[in-house]
Amino acid sequence: MNIPTNIATLIVGVLVTLISFWVGQHHGLLPVAASVNAPLIDGLFDTMITLSVGLFLLVQGALIFALFKFRKPKDDETDGPPWKENLPLEILWTGIPAIIVLGLSVYSFEVYNSIGGLEELAMQAHHHSMKGAAIAAPLNSTSQSSPTEPRLATIGFTAPANVKGTGVTVDVTGLQYAWIFNYPDSGITSGELHLPVGQDVQLKIKAMDVLHAFWVPQFRLKQDAIPGRETELWFKPTVIGTYPIVCAELCGSFHGAMRSQVIIEPQSDYDAWVQQQLADSAPSDHPTIASAGQSQSAETRLAPRLAEMGISELTLAQVHPHHDG
Amino acid sequence: MITAQLDGILPVNPSPELTERKWWDYFTFNTDHKVIGIQYLVTSFLFYLVGGALATAVRKELSTPEVDFVSRELYNSLFTMHATVMIFLWIVPAANGAFGNFLLPLMIGARDMAFPRLNAIAFWLIPPGGILLMSSFLVGAPASGWTSYPPLSLMNGKWGELIWILSLLILGTSSILGAVNFITTLLLMRRPGIGLNNMPLFCWAMLSSSALVLISTPVLAGALILLCFDLIGGTSFFNPTGGGDPIVYQHMFWFYSHPAVYIMILPVFGLVSEILPVHARKPIFGYQAIAYSSLAISFLGLIVWAHHMFTSGVPGWLRMFFMVATMVIAVPTGIKVFSWVATVWGGKLRLNSGMLFAMGFVSMFVIGGLSGVMLASAPFDIHVHDTYFVVAHLHYVLFGGSVFGLYAAIYHWFPKMTGRMINETWGKVHFVLTLVGFNLCFLPMHKVGLAGMPRRVAEYDPQFAAINLICSIGAYLLAVSTIPFVINAVYSWVRGPKAGANPWNAISPEWQTLSPPPIENYLGEPPFVPDPYDYGKDYNPGKRPMSQVKAADLWR
Repeated sequence: MNIPTNIATLIVGVLVTLISFWVGQHHGLLPVAASVNAPLIDGLFDTMITLSVGLFLLVQGALIFALFKFRKPKDDETDGPPWKENLPLEILWTGIPAIIVLGLSVYSFEVYNSIGGLEELAMQAHHHSMKGAAIAAPLNSTSQSSPTEPRLATIGFTAPANVKGTGVTVDVTGLQYAWIFNYPDSGITSGELHLPVGQDVQLKIKAMDVLHAFWVPQFRLKQDAIPGRETELWFKPTVIGTYPIVCAELCGSFHGAMRSQVIIEPQSDYDAWVQQQLADSAPSDHPTIASAGQSQSAETRLAPRLAEMGISELTLAQVHPHHDG
Repeated sequence: MITAQLDGILPVNPSPELTERKWWDYFTFNTDHKVIGIQYLVTSFLFYLVGGALATAVRKELSTPEVDFVSRELYNSLFTMHATVMIFLWIVPAANGAFGNFLLPLMIGARDMAFPRLNAIAFWLIPPGGILLMSSFLVGAPASGWTSYPPLSLMNGKWGELIWILSLLILGTSSILGAVNFITTLLLMRRPGIGLNNMPLFCWAMLSSSALVLISTPVLAGALILLCFDLIGGTSFFNPTGGGDPIVYQHMFWFYSHPAVYIMILPVFGLVSEILPVHARKPIFGYQAIAYSSLAISFLGLIVWAHHMFTSGVPGWLRMFFMVATMVIAVPTGIKVFSWVATVWGGKLRLNSGMLFAMGFVSMFVIGGLSGVMLASAPFDIHVHDTYFVVAHLHYVLFGGSVFGLYAAIYHWFPKMTGRMINETWGKVHFVLTLVGFNLCFLPMHKVGLAGMPRRVAEYDPQFAAINLICSIGAYLLAVSTIPFVINAVYSWVRGPKAGANPWNAISPEWQTLSPPPIENYLGEPPFVPDPYDYGKDYNPGKRPMSQVKAADLWR
């Protein structure tokens, strides 16, 4: 029995489509999505996987089919057919990819906007007025950051204007080879990031020495920590758990060991952790001693790792902000 | 059967001094483009073996999650040197210098390149540049990645970094000199009657690639010189402690280094466009579409560099611009891929080693192209930037793409370069080993990257141990796969059966002369080939063998 070509083509097309969609939904390549924005990025990835599998099967299938079907018959030294062009076909394979990438561009743009990548455009005017205030204010905290002030609008992912200032804000400092987390509201300094589930989180990221990159795969978020510049990440964790914080930008010989973890916990556990930290840091009436006490506690916690990496106590002391200033 | 085509071109008994090179010519400052092309090819292949050894050491370290093979410092040097050697001493000189030099004058009917002495200088910058780079192992090799981002690159060993900068300046100069030569030769030295639209497609690819070299390499040189000042002069162009901006370096670096990807892949696109029609016995499908898409890729390649900086210090709106520009590159690239598939479709495929590698190129490059579109999407790239997903992607483009294409070209033009046939059986063994080893090594990397493994680490989360072991086994297989190739190539070069002028019955002009070509390329007038892909003239399946076709029939 000979199946007519157009029917064979139709069957192949249906099969390719079905396989693409199935793989797009069942690839299981990404880790758990633990922030409110992660599913958006996963949806984008699933779409791209679907399209890619389809195109892959099409091209690869054609090549493998040709490998067997169009192999030169023995003793046949003649040429193949002199096909040189086919305008409708060429328009088709220019047009369809063009439509696909334009569609993907628009989709990506939408996702990027929803996860806060373009908030700074909306805030430009606001930022300008803040600049004047910053200049007027006494520059009493120069020791905590590099000598240069950020020159551009905040880079990274910013919270939508209506959630600005709510939730948890953490100052993140990357240094060879550790992450230091400082909670300005409570004055806690920690080597691990504890966050309450379901709250907006704003990270203000700085680097002490070289470039680092703050990455939590489960949040699908990454932002370089750049010396002399502050960058920002905003997210809302949705799934309780412990996830790795990975340094993703080469920062020296211990780059692979520059890891920490983020612990997403219920509000009550988080509050308990905050209280515990405050108790550990030996509270005192005198602000200077309190500050020193915090440094002490962080150093104690990080000491084994830091000694191995050759980070001096002096370096560590520099990254601790002075909230008494 | 071959003499039939060459009737009227060759004198009966050409004297040897007009036709033959002595072996020692290849070790001298020779100005013959064919000698220089082979010098480039052999030199860059030797560096490929060095880069491969470095890669094998990297994979040995990564076969376990712990740091147990080399020190962390040395590990960082290994991958830095691996990338630098593979890019600047293997793919760029092999794709541009080697095949560009050997083929371009033959393809356009010229007797040599426009500036033969400059050409020899460009080649002779490569060995000192390469040896200088390798010498950095004596003083502490660079360890900041081939991107060499400050401030880290200013804080690791000073001498290693300085040597890295100097050798890249030397190699970049070589590249620029070559590009000047290619463009001039292609625009001004074509045989009368050969217009731009009669040129073989490799010529178009070299025009596009050389334009990129001329526009972007000087920017890298500028960045490296400023970095050098920061390193030894205490200036603060990029050093934040003195008020410099490390992000500016990234912009300058990627303004070269993204186009560099196209400098490494465009010539290979051209090579594959030559190889597929010959062995499929069909005209290239869509000559003009392929030619102009090279130019389009070349132009677009200049305005996408910041897609390497989506997680760095680039504002959101700029990330969006670079995202869209990058996505658009998929269109001209897709045109090429579909045209290659259409070229193969319905042909009479001679599945020799060259053809297998060329088809392998298309098939592997598609994977790299598809993951490239994914990476262009900024919100997704935020997740996978600087992970093993990127490592997988770039190797599918540069190994599955460029290196497969270069192997295809070596097998295809081996008879022309050496005058002898290369052994097909061992060629196929080489192909199968390379294909299996390559996919075993790089396909699983997509998975670990998506799951959370960053690149450039000597130690990693033990949950990735099994997949990394598979990758390492693939890498060992790849290392082994070069052994049959090297032995085959060396043996065939010395002892292989004589090839004759045109063993593939190809139409493009470089086959219409002796193998190896005489010193002045053609003994008489260079042939006039108005359509280098004019296959299918005798498409009467089973009627007239190619050997009975006169040259005049082929060229109208």
